[in-house]
Order: sequence, then C-alpha cells, then structure tokens
Amino acid sequence: MIPLAEIQPPVIDYGGLAPLFATIGGSLVVFLVGLLGGRFVQRTLVPLLAAAALLAAIGLTVANWDPGDTKPIIEGALAIDTLALFLSMLFFVAGLATIALSLRAPVVRETGSGEHLGLLLGSISGMVILAGAENLVTLFVGIELLSIPLYVLCASELGRASSLEAGLKYLVVGSVGSATLLYGLALVYGATGSTDFAGIAKGIGTTVGVGDPLLLTGVALCATGLAFKASVAPFHQWTPDVYQGAPTPITSFMAVATKAAAFAIILRLFDHALADVQAEWAPALAALAVLTILIGNAGAIAQSSLKRMLAWSGVAQAGYLLAGVVVGTRLGLQATAFYLAVYLLMNVAAFAVVIARERVSEHGDDIRSLQDLGRASPLLAWPMTIAMLALAGFPATAGFIGKFYLIDAAVAGEYAWLGIMIVVGSMISLVYYLRVIAVMWMGQFAIELPTFPPRRVKPVSGWSPEADARAQPEVVAVAVLAAAATVVLGIVPSPLFDLARDVGSSLSALV
Amino acid sequence: MFTIHLSIVVFLPFAAGLIAAFLPARVGRWLVVAATLGVLGYAIAMIADFDGDSGGLQYVTDDAWISELGIRYQLGVDGLNLFLIALTALLWAAATLWAALRTEDRPRLFMFNMAFAETAVLGAFCAQDLALFVVFFDLMLVPFYFLIGGWGEGDRVRATTRFTIYTLVGSLLMLAGAIALGVLAGPGGDLSFSLAVLAERPLEAGTQQWIFLLFAAAFLVKAPLFPLHGWVVDTYRATPIPVLVVLSAALSKVGVYGFLRIVLPILPDASQHFQDLMIILAVVSILYGSVLAFSQDEARLVVAYSSIAQLGFIVLGIFSLSELGSQGALMQMVNHGLVVGALFFIIAVLTARAGSTSLARMGGMALRAPVLAALFLVVALATLAMPGSPNFVAEILILFGTFEDKLVYGLVASAGVALAAVYMIRLFQRSMHNRTEPSAEPRELGGLDLAVIAPLTVVIVALGVYPQVMLDRTDEATTSKVEAAATAADGSPSAAEAPQAGPPGGGAPPGVQVQP
Repeated sequence: MIPLAEIQPPVIDYGGLAPLFATIGGSLVVFLVGLLGGRFVQRTLVPLLAAAALLAAIGLTVANWDPGDTKPIIEGALAIDTLALFLSMLFFVAGLATIALSLRAPVVRETGSGEHLGLLLGSISGMVILAGAENLVTLFVGIELLSIPLYVLCASELGRASSLEAGLKYLVVGSVGSATLLYGLALVYGATGSTDFAGIAKGIGTTVGVGDPLLLTGVALCATGLAFKASVAPFHQWTPDVYQGAPTPITSFMAVATKAAAFAIILRLFDHALADVQAEWAPALAALAVLTILIGNAGAIAQSSLKRMLAWSGVAQAGYLLAGVVVGTRLGLQATAFYLAVYLLMNVAAFAVVIARERVSEHGDDIRSLQDLGRASPLLAWPMTIAMLALAGFPATAGFIGKFYLIDAAVAGEYAWLGIMIVVGSMISLVYYLRVIAVMWMGQFAIELPTFPPRRVKPVSGWSPEADARAQPEVVAVAVLAAAATVVLGIVPSPLFDLARDVGSSLSALV
Repeated sequence: MFTIHLSIVVFLPFAAGLIAAFLPARVGRWLVVAATLGVLGYAIAMIADFDGDSGGLQYVTDDAWISELGIRYQLGVDGLNLFLIALTALLWAAATLWAALRTEDRPRLFMFNMAFAETAVLGAFCAQDLALFVVFFDLMLVPFYFLIGGWGEGDRVRATTRFTIYTLVGSLLMLAGAIALGVLAGPGGDLSFSLAVLAERPLEAGTQQWIFLLFAAAFLVKAPLFPLHGWVVDTYRATPIPVLVVLSAALSKVGVYGFLRIVLPILPDASQHFQDLMIILAVVSILYGSVLAFSQDEARLVVAYSSIAQLGFIVLGIFSLSELGSQGALMQMVNHGLVVGALFFIIAVLTARAGSTSLARMGGMALRAPVLAALFLVVALATLAMPGSPNFVAEILILFGTFEDKLVYGLVASAGVALAAVYMIRLFQRSMHNRTEPSAEPRELGGLDLAVIAPLTVVIVALGVYPQVMLDRTDEATTSKVEAAATAADGSPSAAEAPQAGPPGGGAPPGVQVQP
C-alpha cells in the first residue's frame, strides 16, 4: 500500500491547456446557443462564436509557442511541444475554413448550425488531444474524440442517401481501424510494460529486445490502425466513397485536418516511442508508402467526380508524407510538417472551388461543373488552377517546395529510391490534375472519361461571374486566400521553414 | 559603361504581362511587345559590353533564396548562354509582335502567357544554381500548356497534355536527380545547388551514372531526340505559329544547353561513360529525322522532323567531348533557333496564301512574291548548311570535333548534311515553284510580316559572313565546360578525385588521355 501522503497530484499546466479549453468550451457554448432558433442565431451568431473559439485557440497556441523539447501539461498524459502546437494550428485553420465553407451549405439548414459546428469543434478538440498525447491511453481517447463527431458529421445531410451511406461506411471502417489500433497498443504495452511514450522508448532495448515478436506484432497492428485513419493503401478503400458522400465542407475538413491528425500520431508513435526500432518498421512503412503513391494516383485517373478525384489524390499525398516518416530523421519530421501545412492550403483552395461550383452547377461535383470556368468566373478558376498546379508539384507554388523538401529528406535518409517514387507518383498525377485545368481554360472538348448520369442539383443562381460571386463571397474568399498563400509560400517559403525548424526541435529521439 | 541587372532582363516580360492583363487589350498587347523589345535591347547591349577574354561569369546576381534548402538566386552570363539569351530575346520579340497583330481570342491572357514563358526561358538560361534552373525549367511548361491548349488548332488539348506530360516526366526525373546531386555531394548536410560549388564536389562514378540518366531523360525529351520525341508531331501540328516559333527555337535549346551547363562539368565521369550511347542516339536522330522530314507532306512536319535531325547534330557535337564539337554545337543552337523561327513564320504566310498546310496545295508562289521567295531561299540554304551560312561553320566544327575521336560516327552523321539538302530543297521547290494551285493566291509579303521575318534573315546572313562575333565570345566558356568530361577516364578513378589522391600523380591523368 502506498501511503496517501506520497501520492502526488499530476502537474497540470493550465496555460498549456488553454487552447484545448477554448475548443472544448467553444463546442459546448455553440451547442447550447444553437438550441435557440431564429435566423440570426443560426446564420450569424453560432458561426461567429465557433470562429471566435478557434481564433482564441490560435492566439493561445501562438502564446504557448516555445521551441525545444516536450513539456508536460498534464503529467504523463498530455504534453505540448512545437509539433503538437504546429499541428493544432493546422487543425484550427482548417476549422476556420470549414466554418466559412459551411455558412450556406445545405447541411447546416438541415441539421442546424449549433450541432454542425459544435461537433466540428469537438472533433478539433480530439485532434488537439491526439497531437499532444504522451501516452497510449490519451492517444486512444484523442482518436475516438476526433472520430465520433466525424461519423455523425458525415451522415448529417439527412436528405441525401449517399451522405448516410458515407456516415455508416466511415463508422464501420473507422471502428475496425480503432479496434486494430487498440489491439496494437495493448500488445506494445504488454511487450514494454509501459503506456507512456518515453517509457516505451526506454523499455525497448532494456526490458524487451528489439526483435521481440510481441512488440513487432503490436507495432504492425498500430501501423495498420493508423493507416486506416490516414487513408494509406491498402487501407484506403473507404476514402473515395466517404469523401464523395459527406457534405463537401466536411470532406474538406477530413481531407486536411484528419490527415494531419493521423500524421501527428504516426510521427509521435514511430519517430518518438519506437524510434529505436526504426530499422524494423521503416522498410514496411516504405513499402506502404510506395503502394499508397501508386494506388492513389492510379485511382484518381478514372474519376469524374472532383470529390472522388481529390480523395484519391489525398491517398497519393499520404504516400508522399509517409516518406518523411520512414526516414526517421529530424529532416524528415520537418519536411512532413512543412508538407502538411502546404497540403492544407492546396486542398482547401480546391475544395472551396468545388463547393462553390457544386451549389450552382447542374453537374454537381462532376468535373463538367468546371467547364469553361476560366471565362465565366476567373476568381474561382485561378485558385483551382493554382491548387492543381501546386498539388502536381509545379514550381512557384508551395507544393513544389514541399515535395523538394520531402525528396531532400528521403535522399538524405538513404531512401533515395523513395524520393524517386515521389517523383514517379507526381508524373502519374499530372494526368488528372492537368485535366481539371484543361476543362476550365481550354473551351469545349471531349473529356475522355466514362460517363455518368448528371446529379441534378437545383441552381441557386445564374451562370455569370457576378451572380456566382454574390452567391457565396465567403467561399470565393477562402479559395482566393488559400491559393494566394500557396503561391506566396512558393516564392517566399522562409516563414514556413522557420516554423518547420521549430517543429524539428521537438522530438528529442531524432538525429 | 552601364550596369546590367539580369533580374530586370529576366522579369521584365513577366511584369509587363502582368500589368497588361489589367489594361485594355489594345494597350496591353503593345506593352508586352515593348517589354520584349526592351529585353532584346538589353541583350544586344550585353553582347556589345561582354568581355570575351574572361572565361568567368559576368553580370552576376547572387542572393540567398531558400537558405533552408541551400537554394540560391544566382544568375550570370558567360559565353555559353550569352547568345542563347540574345536568341530568346530576338525570337520572343518577333513572335509577340506577330501575335499582337493577330490574336483576337482572349488577347490579354495570350500575351500574359507569352511574357511569362519568356521570363521562364530566360531564367533557365541565366540560372547558375541547379535548383533555380529546375524551377525555371519546370515553370516554362505552365505558359506553354495554356498557350497550346487555349489557342491551338485541331486536337489541341490532347496535344498539349501529351506535350506537358512528356516533358514534365523528364523534368521531374531531373528534379529527383538534382536533389540527389545536391544532397549526396554536400558533406554532412551542407546543402548547396550552386553549379560552381557542385563542380568542385565530385561524386563517385556509380552515383554519377544514375544521376546522369535522370538528367539525360529531361534534356533529351526537351530537345527532342530520337526515342523520346513522341510529343513532337501532335504538338507541332496543334501549336499556334508564334508559340511554335519560340517553342521550337528557344525552348528546345534549354535541354541541350543543360548538357553543356550542368551535365558535362558536374558529371564528367558519367558523361564519358555514356558518351557512346549519346552519340548513337544523336546519329540515329540525325538519320531518322532527315528521312522522315523528306517524306512529309505537311510543311510544319518537315520542319519538325528536320529539327530532330538538327538537334541530333547539336547533341553529337556536345558528346564528341571536344572543344571544337561543343563550340559548333553551341553555334548550331543559335543557328537552328534563327532558321527554324524564320521558317515557321514563312510557313504561316504560305499556309495563309494556300489555305492549307499541305505542300501539295502550295506551289508557284515565287513568281508573284519575289521578296518572300528570296527570304525563304536564304533561310532554306542556311538550314541545309550551304557554305557561307552560319550553319555550315557550325556543322563543320561539330563534324571535325567528332572526327577527332569517333571517326565512324562522324562519317555516318555527315550523311545527315546531304539529307538536309534533299528535304529543304524539296520544301522550297514544292511551295515556291511547281504549278500554281488554283486555290492558292500568291501575294507578296505585307509590310508587317516583312518586319518580323526580315530581321531574322538579316541576322542569319550576318552570322554567316562574320561568325567570329560569336566564336570569340563563346570560346573560353565552351572549352572550360568540356574540359572535365574530356579528361575524365571511363572506369578508372575520376580525374576530379586526383587531387585527393596526392600531389605527386597530379600531372599523370591528362597525359594518359592524350593517347586514345
């Protein structure tokens, strides 16, 4: 028996926790205020409150920014370091964009603003916990808190069968992923006798051998579970269906924030807790990366739905990101963090344009909804063009520098062939990214694709640039801002490099 | 003396294009033309001001750009790129002038893309940092993608997609190669892509070889050379004339220029190792291009295939790894740019007169249009390397360079010179002589068309009369670029490693190389 007097209460750093309080508190407030009816509350007050919560969280995150090693905020459970803060920042920015994009979305009319944005903030809170997890249990709590609101959000466009289908699919696949992860976590605990990451890192090599089968099975199951979340092939099959079915603002949020969250924990688990067995897991993750790059890019080629195309492209991009994890170096960590930020900008710009078009065009999210957009609405066509060029890795966009950084990290980490795989993936991706640009700018021509019956969506405004812009200025603004940031960071990337360097200082096990 | 800022040269067209995009079209297009003329003025001043005796870089701009990745914003001019910059400036001035008079569909966007393309090509020629070169090299594709896809003829979207994917596949391989080069050459994470620094950090021969192949893929697609020319036919058919002029004349030179600027100095052992392969590809291209050029009915395709043959000559000169050969290659780059630019403008005029691109439907133009015929004749004779033309000088240099070491290949390549006479004379004869087709209306050149074509012809004649103006200024630079590769021994420890091996053996490697 331990005498009661010897039990120390855990040290809690409330300053460090403040961003999390902001999102959780914001979520509760938004839920409650959302109960009030009325157009003003639903259309203006609730989104404003949600945005205020995220802005406050961003401010508090900036205040906590302090390069260096991990600092505990709840001892043994949660910690902050620049990696957690940087990724939290991405979640908050993605959240803000999603709020803007869903202002006039049909889903908000159907479910109510309070529920929609409350769940969104809840999911963001889960991501923040996940990014700062120091312990297998916190990790699992974070991943569930992030996933469960998303299951609901995917299914929240009640009037549309595909939305419900997406929610159910995501629930089933997500649960399988979570269960696999949980098994893996249990085995890792069983092998090392410790649930916190530092303990695991210390345990490997002392209490348990590097080649211990229990440990390696646990690691493999963890990798599988996280691969589901990050949509890494061959565990990616849910991605296109769920992305297409979910309300588009939620798709955009999942594409950027969920992926960043999944990579947060992949980085922390593999590059921190399991850093000593890098030689064991790196070849396996490298094989997954190659598979993901090839399958993602091949899958995207045949898509006529822009949401599905972006889903497959997201799979491919997850493969590129994995290269930064595989090498297990500080440079790899920095490159991954850098690319996650760039990936957010490129995808938000693309999804914003898809949202703007899908509300107006009779073709829905089909690629034909973009036809001749260069003439009709340059303010939407340019952001989409920039996003596609950036995703394809053209220079003068941040996408180029992100890929440059990843290949640099791969070659320096003695995975030069993985760098070449990134390049091969980019080549295949040209086929579908350039097609989007051609549709917007090159007038009428036959799109060589299997044809589907168009999904009839009632146009809410006429076909003219003015009407489009009037209909959804916030969507256009998000697209233009994200695209502008993509170009600016492609020419002046130093600020983002500074942040990435700070992030690099966080995981002390890396060289 | 006044100072020349290369950044102004490079970015002037882009800035003008951007401003023009927000001006009324009739003002904007002339603003872009004025900017290209400004660049041309700068380039001429540069040739006059250039110090031919110093082998080093002049007008250097060197700033940190992305220090985290070791990328510097480094521009400079030496004998290697001086005339290519001038060629680019001249052809863009001609092409934008031509386009300014004709383009009706979305003229501002067209002019913006033209200007953007000039900036990218000039940037690639001026860049002295490998990563910066890759940036401009890839960037060039964006405006050309839009120009061909937006304003092309026929199956334009398929053509532009094919063109972009072909060339970008090469570029991306080069990107991987460039990063690998920087990382593997940099000791302990000291990343640098500066060409001068890389040339002093030799890689081992095995590493050089796979990186060489990545670079060669990019440059050979761009050239294009024989097995990688799949984009040529579609692209040359679909591309609008002013774009085709700059694409064929300037863009295709960036690839072969890359061999001289980057591959030979930085990967000397691999260049030596793959010398035979490259020469064989070059010779095959010469024969293949010439034979196909001879059998085409479409005027554009005659020139397209002849370009493959001409680019074959250039690559042959470069990989003869001799001073004469590379100097001839450099001169031929400029000559080919000039003649092919003029040829495409003339073909555009002929096509407008005949109402068809088919050679069978042209004919009999010479009688009514003597000026056009005279200009065409000068250009055609230059293309087939008539003595007295600059192409003659260049091809002789290339062949002499090849004879030094690779006599057999040189003899086979000589056949290409004869074949060039066949296809060029056929092109001239079919279009200018023969019976007049009833549908064709022979007319003399208009004043504005003359203003575009005549200056190109004058430059061709001037270079033929006085090639020294170019040879004097390029001599130092080409010699220094082939030196490392020419002295590198295939298979044995590289010449670059010799200093590390110790001072006593320092004199041996060059001496060994004298005896082939």
